[in-house]
Amino acid sequence: MSHSVTLRSLDPRVERLGIPQEQPAFEGVPEGTHLQTFEVFHQAKSGARHIHVGSIHAPNAELAMVFAKEQYARRSECVNLWVVKSSEIITFSPDDADLFATTPEKTYRDASGYKVMQKILAWKQRLQQKDTDQPSSSS
Amino acid sequence: MEHRAALEDLLFRMADDALIYGHRNSEWTGLAPILEEDIAFSSIAQDKLGHALALYTMLGQLGHPDPDTLAFTRQERQFRCCHLVELPTQDYAVALMRHALFDYAERNRYRLLEQSSFAPLAALAQKVRGEIKYHTFHASTWLRLLGREGTDESRARMQAALEMLFPYALGIFEPSRYEDELRASGIFAGEEELRQRWLDEIIPLLEEAGYRVPPLDSVQPCYGGRSGYHTEHLQPLLDEMTAVFRIDPSAEW
Repeated sequence: MSHSVTLRSLDPRVERLGIPQEQPAFEGVPEGTHLQTFEVFHQAKSGARHIHVGSIHAPNAELAMVFAKEQYARRSECVNLWVVKSSEIITFSPDDADLFATTPEKTYRDASGYKVMQKILAWKQRLQQKDTDQPSSSS
Repeated sequence: MEHRAALEDLLFRMADDALIYGHRNSEWTGLAPILEEDIAFSSIAQDKLGHALALYTMLGQLGHPDPDTLAFTRQERQFRCCHLVELPTQDYAVALMRHALFDYAERNRYRLLEQSSFAPLAALAQKVRGEIKYHTFHASTWLRLLGREGTDESRARMQAALEMLFPYALGIFEPSRYEDELRASGIFAGEEELRQRWLDEIIPLLEEAGYRVPPLDSVQPCYGGRSGYHTEHLQPLLDEMTAVFRIDPSAEW
């Protein structure tokens, strides 16, 4: 049983329509009566990873494959496609974006925090030094 | 060259079928039911024009004029297409049913031609295999979706289209006077062999998709197209298709 909230519109035209206050619960769109959204993943070469390229509307999975081929594989190299019902993708809620927020004092977790580049440069320098130290073997 | 007349007759049938069918299907560009389907159907139509181009080019190598001249300057009487491809389609159900009937015939024709003793035709059959596989996949998916998986209205409209088109579809296989020669020379196994293979494939497909196939003995095939006798719909199609070309036949594109 829903709350019997009396939502009166501020628009007098809506008021005059006399829409019943108790709406039947929305049961969703029955399968096959409306186009669904599918996400498309494109594979450019055998063995390469599938990359998300966009979405399409289609009545069922097979036509989703057909339409995906036309939309995303017609003008570029392609060996395979995945289509996935958008509704079946498991995702975080946009409200949970704070889960991913790195606090400013944790910069040591950033990949850039590692001082690898300095070591590489030092090694390269040593190598160069060695080369110039060796006597020339030309002539 | 041996068997030249027989080979040319086969090439003109196939090329004219592909050209007229491709043109008819391109009439749905911008009008097909949904955007994605519009693009898919137009792309298939474009593939057919590509097949026509390849076949007219082959005829060019046998001494005929260039593909544009063959496509745009011949008289109606010189076309060798079957009646099925000439029919205008005001209902998308008719367009889709024709697509299934015609493209399953094309698939079997090119499968047979992969063994052709005429090397350019065997090579073309290999080349278009993937495209035609895609065309039949598109067709059979819609057949099922609007048939067994569809509504009463979609089934009824597709069934009516099937009954209207079936005699025309059997007209694809109108025998020519070169059947024996084509078979003996290994160029092509012949229209009767093709018809049998098509029936073996299309009847179970239609029945599984939820349609009643008209009994074969009740159907009179629509013949005439292969010898240049066409429906009233071909001439208006040619007038429209060649309108731009005729403005300036010498224009460079």
